[in-house]
Amino acid sequence: MSAQERIAEIVGKNDVVLFMKGTVLFPQCGFSSRAVAILDHLGVPFEAIDVLQDPDIRTGIKEYSDWPTIPQLYVRGEFVGGSDIMMEMFESGELQTLVGAGAE
Amino acid sequence: MAAKDIEDLIRAALPDAEIAIRDLAGDGDHYAAKVVSAAFAGLPKVKQHQLVYKALGGRMGAELHALQLETAVPVGDSK
Repeated sequence: MSAQERIAEIVGKNDVVLFMKGTVLFPQCGFSSRAVAILDHLGVPFEAIDVLQDPDIRTGIKEYSDWPTIPQLYVRGEFVGGSDIMMEMFESGELQTLVGAGAE
Repeated sequence: MAAKDIEDLIRAALPDAEIAIRDLAGDGDHYAAKVVSAAFAGLPKVKQHQLVYKALGGRMGAELHALQLETAVPVGDSK
């Protein structure tokens, strides 16, 4: 299976997917760490893919999303954005709505 | 990569843009940029950021490690 096919399968199978550098417990980059913190705060279950463990996915996801950096968030198969967009959407409440977390 | 180079590349692609760039770490590698352009009108955030990344022509994620990006449409011009 090509990297593109594997990515399509990952984002198709999981409602919320974060492609990140490092793991949820040990993020290897400040931006990935911020993305995890936002999702943790929302209390939404998500699948984390450590691209550092998989060079094909690391390169492939940039092409798949037409987005040059990691982290990248997918919700129900749709590309949402990187950590800046996640933060903006979190602050405006849009992200809570999108992932269906218990927003007040 | 110098802040001036980043600004020049963005302006070449988005001539009307108001651009503010901040060097976050003083190492020429971590920046925050705010870009205000009418070209963003009606586009979702992802598309707005993609326009800026395209302007940087592949440098983002390569020689330019980190660019925190904030995009907006000029006030009075938003849809």
